[in-house]
Formats: sequence, structure tokens, C-alpha cells
Amino acid sequence: MDFILQAIAFIFDPQNLFGEKGIVPRLGEHLLYTGISMAIALVIAIPLGLFIGHTGRGRNVAVASTSSFRAVPTFGLLLYFVLLNGIGLWPVVAVLVILAVPPLLAGIYSGLLAIDRRTIDAARGVGMTELQILRKVEIPLALPIVIGGIRNATLQVIATATIAAYVGLGGLGRFIIEGLALHDFVLALAGAILVLILALIVDLALAGIQKLVLPAGVAQSISGRSRNRDRKFPAGLAQLREG
Amino acid sequence: MIEFITVSKLYPGGTLAVDEFSLVIPAHKTVVLVGSSGCGKTTLLRMINRMEAPTGGSIEIDGEDISKTNPVSLRRRIGYVMQNSGLLPHRKVVDNIATVPLLEGMNRSRARVLALELMETVGLEANLADRYPSQLSGGQQQRVGVARGLATDPNILLMDEPFGAVDPIVRSDLQLELLRLQRELGKTVVFVTHDIDEAFLLGDEVVILEKGAQIAQKGSPEQILARPASEFVADFVGTRKGKRRLSLSSQPADKAGEFVVVDGTGRPAGVLELEPGELLGAASKARSVSDKTAQAGDA
Ligand SMILES: Nc1ncnc2c1ncn2[C@@H]1O[C@H](COP(=O)(O)OP(=O)(O)OP(=O)(O)O)[C@@H](O)[C@H]1O
Ligand SMILES: [Mg+2]
Repeated sequence: MDFILQAIAFIFDPQNLFGEKGIVPRLGEHLLYTGISMAIALVIAIPLGLFIGHTGRGRNVAVASTSSFRAVPTFGLLLYFVLLNGIGLWPVVAVLVILAVPPLLAGIYSGLLAIDRRTIDAARGVGMTELQILRKVEIPLALPIVIGGIRNATLQVIATATIAAYVGLGGLGRFIIEGLALHDFVLALAGAILVLILALIVDLALAGIQKLVLPAGVAQSISGRSRNRDRKFPAGLAQLREG
Repeated sequence: MIEFITVSKLYPGGTLAVDEFSLVIPAHKTVVLVGSSGCGKTTLLRMINRMEAPTGGSIEIDGEDISKTNPVSLRRRIGYVMQNSGLLPHRKVVDNIATVPLLEGMNRSRARVLALELMETVGLEANLADRYPSQLSGGQQQRVGVARGLATDPNILLMDEPFGAVDPIVRSDLQLELLRLQRELGKTVVFVTHDIDEAFLLGDEVVILEKGAQIAQKGSPEQILARPASEFVADFVGTRKGKRRLSLSSQPADKAGEFVVVDGTGRPAGVLELEPGELLGAASKARSVSDKTAQAGDA
């Protein structure tokens, strides 16, 4: 208990917050690495996931490689990239991208594959082109599950971006490493708490977006929480979307 | 006019769903394809709008081989009403109805006006316009499906058991509505069902199918009732021992000139009213008509 209080006191000490190596610049670094990695991962995963989800092709390959990628130890991978390429930003980003792509991909293709085949058949039957089916039917209906995948990936990337500190790039991991090295457990704990809080806030924001993109008219459960089927829900949601 | 020319469909799994099927579907008529489950009705229908490709033979619409047309534009000029309504769950009723006009670039306010007109045509209250499909009853969803099929004012309307999933009262409502619509619109309608009553009610021409889309008999409902081509057909339409085999019951009715009629299972089916001496007259009249249709059929 004492440690936790001290850690919290550390976090809210203005000196620790805004100094040159304080919490705010570290937070900025952490968000920067997370942002760059997620952006690159999305650029890779979106076209690939849409292709797999729309055509159903390559799905088995995707499932197999997704689970094997999950087994890769991130720290070992980081060391490997550093040995290959020297210390710098890109080994860190590469590790985070490799971490983020599988859950993103899984979210995208499983979101698309979860759509009732008859709905897609009907869209084709009235004369939509394949691209129109993708844009006007599959993506809107898959979006909640896709954003679920983005939430997963972002959480993992935020947690793992602490490794940036091992190669001298800072980020919130810096507090943890420094704390461990100096046997300053309050410092290490403060670092861990900061990562946790950041993860919670980002996840909450994404959860909000996920609610917003839930297509009005579609009652479906997202991330395990099932909606009350009897509720006349479009009132609120529909207005948010239209407004 | 739609023409099937020795069309076959062999599915990748090895099912020969359609085996050398030939049929001419005349313009502005309702042709009903009827047969039991799995006999290939849906496959036949979906080959007309190229949702399935024949593995043999060809299909022509007004003399044009459809395999040479662009499938997307072909589908946009053919109305397609699916068994499960096939509505897009994330779009309001009006936007579902106007799907194709919107794709073709109609502006939203005109599309809405069009959709509201079509809702009236198919007997939907205007206050349902902004609901989502999940907020409609099964019968209402089917009406939306029909309205969507009519949205581009297509010459051809394909209907795949459109009323299969609704209760009998709503179904008969929808059937009467369709008859009224067809009198007004005069489309070429290809209607699929496994319900022979529905087939006889709606069809100008009825095609009875066996497995592999083999034609057991085709003709007007009267022709089929008068001269079933085989025992299979007689059983299927119920003129052998079923509810369409009518005979006079031994039970006399109270009123003179009225007779109780029973069906093939002995259940009372109704009351037959005859003027004295009409029984014989009716029989001979029917005979001369059936001779004429037989000649027409032979010709
Ligand atoms: N996509 C498909 N792949 C493989 N076989 C199929 C496919 N679609 C249909 N079949 C098979 O082709 C046959 C005819 O199917 P079809 O759907 O045309 O029958 P149907 O007359 O419409 O039946 P129902 O009244 O049950 O709808 C069936 O044996 C069915 O299993
Ligand atoms: Mg069918």
C-alpha cells in the first residue's frame, strides 16, 4: 500500500511531471512509438484483412501465421533486430508492428466473415459491384469487430512499447528500467501505473468509438457485452450517427 | 421473354441441380416454378440474373445471350426478391428500397420520394419509412423486399419463395396484393414456390418440376388439373386422392339443388349448387373444353 501511495505521489509531483526527463515528455515518446507502429500495422493489415475477409481466400494461412506470430518473444526479437541493424527507432517499431498486425488482421477478416452470407448475396443480387459490397455493406457491418481488433492491438502495443527504453529511446518504460536498475521500486511502480493508466484511457476512447460505429439497426454483441435485444436502441445511436 | 436452352448446372460438389432444362417464359406473364425441396428451383432462378453460371446450355433474354452481358448491369435491370427478404440490416426501409437507384446516382431526396411511392404500391404504411429491417415483422420485410425489386421498374421480376416465411393469413394477403400489382404492372414474373396452391393462385403458367429440374408438366392451372401428365403430377396437385379430388357426399343438403362435396380423404370440402339437369350439362361442357385444350396442347 505504501509503495502505491508513494508511486502516486511521484506521478503527481509537478517536478516529475514536466522536467526534461519527466513524465510528460516520456509519455509523448511512448505515444509516438505507439502511434507510428499502429499506423504502419494498419497500413499492412487493412488491405490484407479486407482481401481475406471479402474473398475468404488465404484464411487458413492467416489463422496459422497469426497464432505462430503470437508465440514470438518480443524481447528476443528486439535484441535480434538491434544486432542486425544497430540501436535506433526502427527495431522498436518493427517489433511493435509484428506484435500489432496479427490481432488487427484477425479483427478485420473475422469481422467480415461474421456477416450473414445472405446479406452479402442479396447485395450482389440487386447489382452491387464487389467494391460497393465491400464499402457499403461489409465494412460498415464489420466495423465494430474491426475496432475490437484495433483495441486489442493498441493495448498490446502500449504495454510492449516499454521495451523502447532498453535501447535508450525513452518512453514510459524508462521509469521501470531505471527503477529496477536503481532498486527504486517506487519509481518502477510509478512507471507501471502510468502505462496502465495510458492503456485504460486509450482503450476507453476506442470503446467509445466502437459504440459510435455500431450500425444502427444491427443488434449485436460487441466484445462480450450483449445488448438488450428488447431495447429500442436506435433512438440514441441513430441520432449520434446522423448528427 | 426469357428462354432456357438445354441449361444444366453441375455444382462443384458434384450435385447435378439442373439437367438439360429448356423453357420459354413469355413476357408479361407470371410463370410459377413449383416442386419439392432441392429440385433445383432456386438454381434456375439464380441463373437468370447470373448469380449462378450454367455449366451447360444458354439463357437468352429477348433473344440476347445473357452470358455476354455485364452481370452487374443485368442484375440492376432485373428485380430479385429473396426468400429471406435479404434486406441490408444497417439501412432504413427507404434506403433499402432505393438501393439500386442510389447506386445509379439518384439524389437522396428523389430516392426517398420514389421509395415512399413504392411503399404505398406494396401496401406499407409510410410511418415505417425510417425503421430498420430488424424493427419490422416478417410480412413487412417481405413487402420491403418486393418494393426493392420494383425500384428500377424492371421488366423482369424474380421471386424466390417470397412468402415462405410468413404465416398463412399474411401470406394470402401478400398473394392477393401481388395479383393486384401484376394486373397493374404486367411484369414478366418468374415465381418459385413449393406450394401448389400458391402456384395455381398466382401462375398464368405453372411448371411442375422433379429432381434435377426435370419438367413433369407445364401448362395453365386448368390444363394441369384437367389432364395431369403423370401420377406424380396428380399426386402433387392432389387430384388423385388429395384435397382436389372432389366427389358428392351421400349426405343430401337441406336446400334442393345443393350437394355436399367431399375431398379425396372424405373430408367435407364445400357445397355444390346445381340447377336441375345442370349436372349433365356441366359434365358435357367440361368435356368439350378439355378436348379443345388438349388440341391446343397437341398443336
Ligand atoms: N451452392 C451450392 N453448392 C453445391 N450444391 C448446391 C448449391 N446450391 C444448391 N445446391 C444443390 O443443388 C440442388 C438444388 O438446389 P436448389 O437450391 O436449387 O433447390 P430448390 O428447389 O430451390 O430447393 P428449396 O425448395 O429447398 O429451396 C440441391 O441438391 C442442393 O443441395
Ligand atoms: Mg430454393
